[in-house]
Amino acid sequence: MPHPLPWYIAGPLIGLIVPALLLTGNKAFGISSNFRHICAAVAPCGIDFFRYDWKRLGLWNLVFLGGVFTGAALAAYFAPPTIQISARTVDALRAIGVRDFTGLAPHDVFAWSALLTLRGFACIVVGGFLVGFGTAYAGGCTSGHAITGLADRQPASLLAVCGFFAGGLMATYFILPRIL
Amino acid sequence: MIAYFLLGCAFGAVFMEAEVISWFRIQEMFRFDAFHMFGIIGSAIVVAGLSLTAIRSLNLRDAGGEPLTLEPKPLGSGVRYVTGGTIFGLGWALTGACPGPLVAVIGSGMPVMIVALASALAGTWVYGLLRPRLPH
Repeated sequence: MPHPLPWYIAGPLIGLIVPALLLTGNKAFGISSNFRHICAAVAPCGIDFFRYDWKRLGLWNLVFLGGVFTGAALAAYFAPPTIQISARTVDALRAIGVRDFTGLAPHDVFAWSALLTLRGFACIVVGGFLVGFGTAYAGGCTSGHAITGLADRQPASLLAVCGFFAGGLMATYFILPRIL
Repeated sequence: MIAYFLLGCAFGAVFMEAEVISWFRIQEMFRFDAFHMFGIIGSAIVVAGLSLTAIRSLNLRDAGGEPLTLEPKPLGSGVRYVTGGTIFGLGWALTGACPGPLVAVIGSGMPVMIVALASALAGTWVYGLLRPRLPH
């Protein structure tokens, strides 16, 4: 298997998930809804946003997410990737303090031992919180807005995707250089 | 249900093999140093868009006779999309993962990302709590 799987194969395969879910059961592709479903299942705490029938609306999506986990685990086991990113990115990251380039993510940041350092806490704990808060506020993530929403030419999704990039660029150029 | 599981597996495996779930690939994207991620997202949008056009022009329906449709997202003032989107974007670059990859990356053998996932759930929960007070 060539690494990485070329964009012109991976992209269309990901795009086909949208019609596949519609044809399977008239479902809309969107991963971040699962965060809401899990909250509704585990800790609704009387909050309006979590008061709905999560099993009826979201069980299929949680099963789908279980598949994503399994598929990634199988792929990692049978065809582990060897990430080779652009030399320019490597230089830029090295300049701001990244030392390890061997895995999917820098091991010196994404490790249990780094959790209580500034870089580890910011990238794992704060970053995760912002992903959950932001996708719920925006009503979707890369799958629901960037792929499904833009494919459906929805203005709301275009606004959201502009936000995704605005936030991503801010973190890349202003936050990461200060914490790594 | 098994169909959703298998579709999810395919999706997760493509994520992994295309390295979409790598923090390094996300950095490469936000630094505009490679076309890879843009090619993936762009071609996914084109293929999904053409499929939606085909589904609509064929007037396909589900088992209950309902047309296959996507619910449009109400635009409103747009504040929630710009603000929420920007907050998510910050988290996307920090963790190097959007929600699907956040789960996939745990499966790929980075158990520490369970903490990021738990934190994301906390983020969604706090949004639910603050929702009545936030501009939408």
